[in-house]
Amino acid sequence: MTIAEERMDDATDEPTGDAPAAVEPGPRSRTTSALTGEGRQELSSRAGMGAKELLREVGAVLRMSESEAAALADIESDPDEDQTMIINMGPQHPSTHGVLRLMLELQGETVLRCKPIIGYLHTGMEKTGEQLTYMQGGTNVTRMDYLSPFNNELVFSMAVEKLLGIDGDIPERAVWMRMFLSELNRISSHLLFLATNGMDIGAVSMMLYGWREREEVLRFFQKVTGLRMNHNFIRPGGLAADLPAGWRDDVLDILDMLPGRLEEYEILMNGQPIWRERLQGVGVITAREALALGTSGPILRSTGVAWDLRRDMPYLHYDEVEFDVVIGTHGDAYDRFAIRLNEIRESMRIVHQILDRMPKGDFRVQNKKVTPPPRARIDESMEALIHHFKIFTEGFKVPEGEVYVGIESPRGEIGCYIVSDGSANPYRIHMRAPSFVNVQAMPHMMRGGMVADAVAIISSVDPVLGEVDR
Amino acid sequence: MEETATEAQEQMHGCPVIMSRGQKVLLVDRKDYLNVMKALVADTFDMLVDLTGVDYLAMPGRKPGAGVTAERFEVVVNLLSIQRRERLRVRVQVPELDPAIASLFDVHPGAEAHERETFDRVGSVVDGHPDLTRILMPEDWQGHPLRKDYDPGRIPVQFKGANA
Repeated sequence: MTIAEERMDDATDEPTGDAPAAVEPGPRSRTTSALTGEGRQELSSRAGMGAKELLREVGAVLRMSESEAAALADIESDPDEDQTMIINMGPQHPSTHGVLRLMLELQGETVLRCKPIIGYLHTGMEKTGEQLTYMQGGTNVTRMDYLSPFNNELVFSMAVEKLLGIDGDIPERAVWMRMFLSELNRISSHLLFLATNGMDIGAVSMMLYGWREREEVLRFFQKVTGLRMNHNFIRPGGLAADLPAGWRDDVLDILDMLPGRLEEYEILMNGQPIWRERLQGVGVITAREALALGTSGPILRSTGVAWDLRRDMPYLHYDEVEFDVVIGTHGDAYDRFAIRLNEIRESMRIVHQILDRMPKGDFRVQNKKVTPPPRARIDESMEALIHHFKIFTEGFKVPEGEVYVGIESPRGEIGCYIVSDGSANPYRIHMRAPSFVNVQAMPHMMRGGMVADAVAIISSVDPVLGEVDR
Repeated sequence: MEETATEAQEQMHGCPVIMSRGQKVLLVDRKDYLNVMKALVADTFDMLVDLTGVDYLAMPGRKPGAGVTAERFEVVVNLLSIQRRERLRVRVQVPELDPAIASLFDVHPGAEAHERETFDRVGSVVDGHPDLTRILMPEDWQGHPLRKDYDPGRIPVQFKGANA
């Protein structure tokens, strides 16, 4: 047992000391004999939880005064355990978008507490990232948020470029192409949200429509990158290839098709009282809570905070295009739905401007140390062959340093923190996944709500478990 | 960590500020950590974006900069000021023999999950955390996978007909 683990034993003993003198030890203390002694991840029953802990769980996060929090804790701290019930929702549940497991403490049909338990899709991608070169890293990060792979690749590439010191040398065409793909990706990701949101609430036709339109965008991605998902197309230094012939017509087809379809969705969803009733006033979160919990993206914007990294801390050329940041006023599930629907329109506006401004030129930086030489050069030049061989066997070396880059993904701020020790592999790579943080806001949206609304709330957060668990 | 980054540019709450690739980094001593984080909230750095840990075991002789003594672990906190549209990174050295750091839960409730993750990944203990359990690994897992002395392990692959 290491020192860290010994300390943990001390730490886990403490809270149980605060618990009211229960006849049986709470589930928390029962597991101190587990292998590492950190205790269980599950939601503990109220009896095993001290009043002080409960107060903290409620008060600190909601930024309440102590008396307010105490009042809230009073309502809930019912010593008779039979009145409340702890149930599992997921990990195998169609509305949990993968393998999210929620433990809900219910009183009748009212959710008193909720705890998301994650890690079911954990595959150690941050550790894997340390074994791969910067060249190969894109294949790893693109699989985290599999609904917006371009944004994952983009943030990773931007971090590597900043470490290399070539972030100012990226050719204009590459920058515009990156924006172009990133916005189309936002459209496809939000279309999938509309589909799954519809499915979760029971509007099954919306699922088919959303999926159908998303497929049109993915078909375009397939034409550009060769793959529908997990493209590894945006790479340190630029992109893997130029846009294929006829790309402009394909995009215009999508842009012509979408506005009419979005209006159909509005008639189908907004015009339907059942839909509005299921979402309006459900899963409300205030701006103060959202900021305290560190949420970002549509969840933060639904509370009225106009924070969008594309506008507020511009990267690429987002400061040169016109678009509006869509915000809500109520912070409920309906606002989050409406924000994403309208963000598709804003992304289309950006794509139109990109089509007008797409410059000609290189799609990747001409730096022999980073960019592999063109295939034809390998046959004629010894140096080109050596560079090609070096880049694909040992990769390019990145100077020592550490850097954090954050961009706006469809789900919020996706960040990449890389530490380099001067070798060809990252010393440490950490991804700040927006879904990981947003999932932690669910307990505060669900508190006091109905069980049936839990499904609507999970759906409105739009988590991608691939990036929650990494 | 670059040559240019080793000099302290200025002081902030008594802690040296260095620049890392043009990004502002505050090197905070572990005993001042909680107080500095509270003071930074008053400086409008009130949003905690990310908190993570790094194990520097395989990088001996590194210099965090500004004359700060390197320790094995480092806790890295990325803060954001929405008002000033600025980012700030806080790096804290955490020694190997006593890998403990104060919890930010009371300052930034959103740090809760990040701190659990950091504990799970590199094993830095978070004092005063309300629920310090593993978050991504199973609860009976042994070791902390992102430590540099943690072997990723190999599963032997068998090939049909191979006589090796």
